Amino acid sequence: MNEWTNTDREPDPLPSSLPGPTAPGLGEPQAEVEETLKRIQSHKGVIGTMVVNAEGIPIRTTLDNSTTVQYAGLLHHLTMKAKSTVRDIDPQNDLTFLRIRSKKHEIMVAPDKEYLLIVIQNPCE
Amino acid sequence: MNHRPKSHPEIYPLVLTTKTQEIFNCRIDEDITDEQPYKLINKEDIFEDLRNRAAVSDFHPVKKIVQEYPGNELLLVYDKDFKYGLNFYLIGTEEGKENYLNPPEVSEEQEEYKEYIPEDVYIYKPPVSKPWVSLGSEKEIEEASVTESTKQITYMISRKRSEFGAPIKFSDQNASSVKDAYIECTAYPDKNFTLKQLEKDVGMQVIPQIKDISTQTKWTYPKNATTQYYPREFSEEEKETLKQSKPLVDFLNNASISVEIALQQNEITNTFIDDWKHLAEEEGTFGDKTDTHLKEYQSFTDLHSPTEKMITCVSWHPTIYGLIAVSVAVRLSFEDRVHFSGKLLLQPSLILFWSFSDPIHPQLMLESPDDIFCFKFCPSDPNIIAGGCINGQIVMWDITTHADRIENVKAGGSRSKKATLKPMFLLEPESNKEAMYIRHCAVSSIENGHKKVITDIHWLSDTFEINRMGSVFENRSGICCQLVTCSHNMFWDIRPQKPLTPQTTEKKKEENIEIPFDVPSTFLHLDLSWKPLTKVRLSKGETSLDHCPTKISLKEDHLLCKTQDKVLAQSKTAKAEEMNPYHNLESGMPNLLKPIDDFCTKFFVGTEEGEVIYTDWKMEKDPETGRLMPKKPVSLHTIHDGIVHTIQRSPFYDDIILTVGGWNVAIWKESVMTGPLLQSCCAPKRYTSGHWSLTRPGVFYIGREDGYIDIWDLLEKTHEPAQSQNICITMITCIKPWIFSSKQQFIAIADYYGTLHILEIPWTLSRPSTNEMTSINHYFEREVKHLEYVEQRKKIREQEKKEMEQEMAKKKVKIYQKSKEQMEAELKMDYESYLELEKTVLINLGLIKVTEKGSYSDVM
Repeated sequence: MNEWTNTDREPDPLPSSLPGPTAPGLGEPQAEVEETLKRIQSHKGVIGTMVVNAEGIPIRTTLDNSTTVQYAGLLHHLTMKAKSTVRDIDPQNDLTFLRIRSKKHEIMVAPDKEYLLIVIQNPCE
Repeated sequence: MNHRPKSHPEIYPLVLTTKTQEIFNCRIDEDITDEQPYKLINKEDIFEDLRNRAAVSDFHPVKKIVQEYPGNELLLVYDKDFKYGLNFYLIGTEEGKENYLNPPEVSEEQEEYKEYIPEDVYIYKPPVSKPWVSLGSEKEIEEASVTESTKQITYMISRKRSEFGAPIKFSDQNASSVKDAYIECTAYPDKNFTLKQLEKDVGMQVIPQIKDISTQTKWTYPKNATTQYYPREFSEEEKETLKQSKPLVDFLNNASISVEIALQQNEITNTFIDDWKHLAEEEGTFGDKTDTHLKEYQSFTDLHSPTEKMITCVSWHPTIYGLIAVSVAVRLSFEDRVHFSGKLLLQPSLILFWSFSDPIHPQLMLESPDDIFCFKFCPSDPNIIAGGCINGQIVMWDITTHADRIENVKAGGSRSKKATLKPMFLLEPESNKEAMYIRHCAVSSIENGHKKVITDIHWLSDTFEINRMGSVFENRSGICCQLVTCSHNMFWDIRPQKPLTPQTTEKKKEENIEIPFDVPSTFLHLDLSWKPLTKVRLSKGETSLDHCPTKISLKEDHLLCKTQDKVLAQSKTAKAEEMNPYHNLESGMPNLLKPIDDFCTKFFVGTEEGEVIYTDWKMEKDPETGRLMPKKPVSLHTIHDGIVHTIQRSPFYDDIILTVGGWNVAIWKESVMTGPLLQSCCAPKRYTSGHWSLTRPGVFYIGREDGYIDIWDLLEKTHEPAQSQNICITMITCIKPWIFSSKQQFIAIADYYGTLHILEIPWTLSRPSTNEMTSINHYFEREVKHLEYVEQRKKIREQEKKEMEQEMAKKKVKIYQKSKEQMEAELKMDYESYLELEKTVLINLGLIKVTEKGSYSDVM
């Protein structure tokens, strides 16, 4: 709040673009992570959300441990396979999103170089 | 022998024997020596020898030569060297002789000539041609020469000259079309080389899928090994640090965008739904789908009864398949009953047990003192049956001893009588076809019971019991032990009351009475002394008249429709001595238990006047009189035009009740007391019985007085029945459907003439469609809302009506006060306002300028 009262100098940039833990608002990126995940989780029909690192080790999850580990391990392999498939066909192409639709749920995987975001939704109809 | 040398033809060799030599004195070495090896022989001597010795003579071969010899003497020369082949020879000519005698001179001459060669002149003598003498050389030449053995063949080929050098035309020709154009050597299967394998030995074994993987290992022999692992996880601190890292934040920001798009897509619509598939009903039906009629399966009629009977109540046996019990009553009106009462006493009133396997003879017959109008199997023990009589008594039967008889009954399939009646056959060979008459074992007390016919009887659920106050307690015994009957709504308890002194005297009385031996003593304590536990009277408010209830429906009733499982479970939880709990009934102990407070003690009652009452059985203390009074009914509706003969809760919904009476049908919801959810319009024929379908939530069956059954399907039509089918020619008195298996459902329909029809419910009526329950739910909810809306509209309408009336009243007042002057003044006012309006319009159109002009009104 202090930044806004002083109009002489440019106000500090918004906390959303602040990098790392050096800034005084230490909890902000963490809070933002939480906020994003909460937002995703609050969508209609979402059963679980998890963030997994490049090796398949879960970082954040809303499901129980065993389920998370299972999903992380299996989907990590599948994402690698899908990525390599896409790149084999066209080396300049890359995998951006993976959606698996099954009878009961839909699993969405957003891959990245280092992380994996997995969301499981029940498209209730 | 005549080997005449060719060079000297005058020499004739001869052989002279010794004898001849003596004759001619030419003996060897005597006359002929080396110096003189010849001899001159006279010719006549030879002739003389020849004449003497003829053929034997040695001169025979030369006879002719001797004759022709010109000289006289022949020279005979000894051939010492056998030069000419024989020992002598004869010279045949004179010259020869001379030559012989003078030969050495010639040879001497030749030797002399050799010394005189160079001096002599060589005289050329030209060769003289001699005849060729063959010496054998021509044969050799012949052999070495080459000659042709065969004669050479010559061909002459001719062709037209124009064709020489002309271009050649080739053409194709099928080799097989021209005969002998080719020679074929086709392959053929040589039987010597074909081997037919007739048998093959192959071994097969089923094994699980094996995977062989090897890796470099130091182990020399295979060993089982296991690996246990756990997933790698981050510790909490690591997770925290990671959460705060920038890459994660960026990643999440980027990823969440696409994820949210995908999530929203799913929320909007499900793109994978196959609409056609969801539209269709479930396939895979059993039986013909188009068949919607109830099919006649069997019908039972009691042929032995002398009078005409009608069926009053039907009940399927809860556990035994194929067994149905029917209560019959005499088909007479009240007056006739009284008239024929003497006759009627002699005939037993019966409940008949029919089985599918035997359509002619009932399996069991239960006797009762009077005609039964309703009866029920006890849910916890199907061998106990309670029935309500026409005279107001309750009758109890215990058929435990005969249970095995009816349990052996098998329905359908083999209709052989042997299988069903085997045990009886062995015991009593005469009566194997006669059904057993079983006497009742208890009747209620006449004075304390009902005064009118009992129209409905129910067993209370085994989970609760009621005391005299009407409070509900938990039922510890685990069996159904209380009844409620409907003629004045009384609650009965089948357990013995606390021992009181009057009872002992009654007991003594019973001892005096001889009890028939085959009647079980289960309810002996109740016989003739059974009093109701409580009575619930439905008073009509101010008047002292009571309602006449005909049917009731309690809260837990629908659970009693369920089949075996519950009964079995309960019988197991009963006492451990494995004795029938009904034989060991102890008096209830309601006083020791606390009453259950929040139990719903309300129930529905249908009356003879066609009213549906929703009331409470719990007694309350009337503040004025201090007595225990029944509560006032919660709601009362007069819907039906006749007696209400069916009140039934839906097997699917706790709070939906079907009431049938008079000429229409109504469906109620328990919490909605403003009116029925559905009320049908008047039917052409009176409805005489009704029942919900057991499997389809929106279907119920209504029986009519002309023998038709109306099948209502709430999903199809709500204003009239979906189907109507003729069953019999007379009034239908009772309808009871029953589920045997998932594929077979029967409905028992009893008619006024005493025939029980069993029909099979077709697939379409027994199988609920998908989402049927939810649809019916929606329907009921809609109806509830409709009712609410109607209520509200009613209020609004009333309100409106009031307002309208007020306005109308006001208007009326106004009109009467108007006079003529006022009317003119009003007209003037109207005209002025019109002129103003015209002015403003023209100004707006721009036709008149806005100036301060005097208006018309000023002039006027």
